[in-house]
Amino acid sequence: MMKKLSLFLGCIIPNRYPGIEKATYLCLEKLGIDCSDLPGASCCPAPGVFRSFDKSTWLALASRNIVLSEELERDVLTICNGCYGSLIDANNELKENAALKKSTNTHLEKIGKKFNGSVDVRHIVELLYDEFGPEKIKEMVTTPLNLRVALHYGCHLVKPSKERQLGSVEKPTFFDELVESTGAESVDYPDKMACCGAGGGVRSALLEKSLEMVNHKFSRISDAGVDCIVNACPFCHLQLDGGQAEVKEKFGLEYNIPVLHYTQLLGLAFGFSPEELGIDLNVIKNDAFLAKLKLKEPAEN
Amino acid sequence: MSEPDVLKTLQDAGLDVLTCMQCGTCSGSCPSGRYTSLNTRRIVRKARKNSDMLHDDDLWMCATCYNCQERCPRGIKIVDAILMIRTIAVHEGIMLPAHRKISELVLKHGHAVPINDATKEKRKNLGLEELPETVHKYPEALADVKTLLESCGFDKLVVEKQE
Ligand code: SF4
Ligand code: SF4
Repeated sequence: MMKKLSLFLGCIIPNRYPGIEKATYLCLEKLGIDCSDLPGASCCPAPGVFRSFDKSTWLALASRNIVLSEELERDVLTICNGCYGSLIDANNELKENAALKKSTNTHLEKIGKKFNGSVDVRHIVELLYDEFGPEKIKEMVTTPLNLRVALHYGCHLVKPSKERQLGSVEKPTFFDELVESTGAESVDYPDKMACCGAGGGVRSALLEKSLEMVNHKFSRISDAGVDCIVNACPFCHLQLDGGQAEVKEKFGLEYNIPVLHYTQLLGLAFGFSPEELGIDLNVIKNDAFLAKLKLKEPAEN
Repeated sequence: MSEPDVLKTLQDAGLDVLTCMQCGTCSGSCPSGRYTSLNTRRIVRKARKNSDMLHDDDLWMCATCYNCQERCPRGIKIVDAILMIRTIAVHEGIMLPAHRKISELVLKHGHAVPINDATKEKRKNLGLEELPETVHKYPEALADVKTLLESCGFDKLVVEKQE
């Protein structure tokens, strides 16, 4: 049986894209998943930056977040590739390395906490695939979507593969299958597995270079002719949505492709409106897409 | 101050760069290298020869996509090595201004991306509480985070060092 969960929000979802938070609550309820809040959680902390600045700091903050969930006797549910990578790697390292666990616990002691290693860290996409599976999700869908989707896995969902063990990293399919459960078509496009360019502190420190990387993806996706981009990571989401506005400003290129987190796509397929799911709160406003969603019935064309 | 021994630190952490055969698979797989000066193979070579690389700007251009690490025929944990070299650099006081800024945000708010008024408004309109169930809502939780950061010496680490 699936363990009970607590929802780890991270930074970008609650503080920039709350529509994804709302969509997640709505989906979890529809799916009948027992998932509580995780009061007092902090930044995961972001793996590409803090982990590389100071390992003990990374482990101390990550372990505190995990311990909050241990206290609730719940596995940690993440909805961000970065949070997933940071927390699952920290959890595994601390479970496997007694010396690291000991040194981390000397920090945690100061706030009256202790890492035990009693829970696991999950990502919503691998959780849905493992615990439900595409067929079951499909049966639960009430409003099949007639959309062409460019799926962006995001690097840290599948890599490093030794740690993730989710199958092929060059051509995975599990996420595509979940997208297609909603009735949408996951359209193949060149360089589909390419990085969005935001990670590792590149977006924050070298914005223009990071935009050149994402612009390459935009051009590929745009050529594929899709209705929207779907991801499972708010940092990719920010780069793919906000990045389009920045690419327009800096390079004069306009794509206007709507960007949805998977929970927002699934929410649509459960019959929720774009407004309930906060899809209209994106930087990119695309009225044609919103109008298409209003046509609840799959259109024949 | 004596120069840190990068190669030894990597090896002590089980990151064996000496087996690199300079095939270039890593650089060829690197999405960042197409747009930046980042040359992954060169970083590994420098690490192998233990030459000075802590001031190399390329260190900060890696988006941590893990392509190189996945494809290296010698199974070298290239990204882990890059991150460790960054750690050594940061401990030598070498850090990009933007990264100092994010660090300060975490020190102050417990979030690398703290909430703002525009998002509070969006949250209300969505029927969510104005503040999420995070350190933003629980001051005692934020105090715990600050205690941990201080205990790890993170506050001292990220303040600008006078050379
Ligand atoms: S792919 Fe591996 S072996 Fe080849 S150059 Fe890069 S680090 Fe060296
Ligand atoms: S992980 Fe970094 S160095 Fe390796 S391929 Fe990706 S961007 Fe390049």
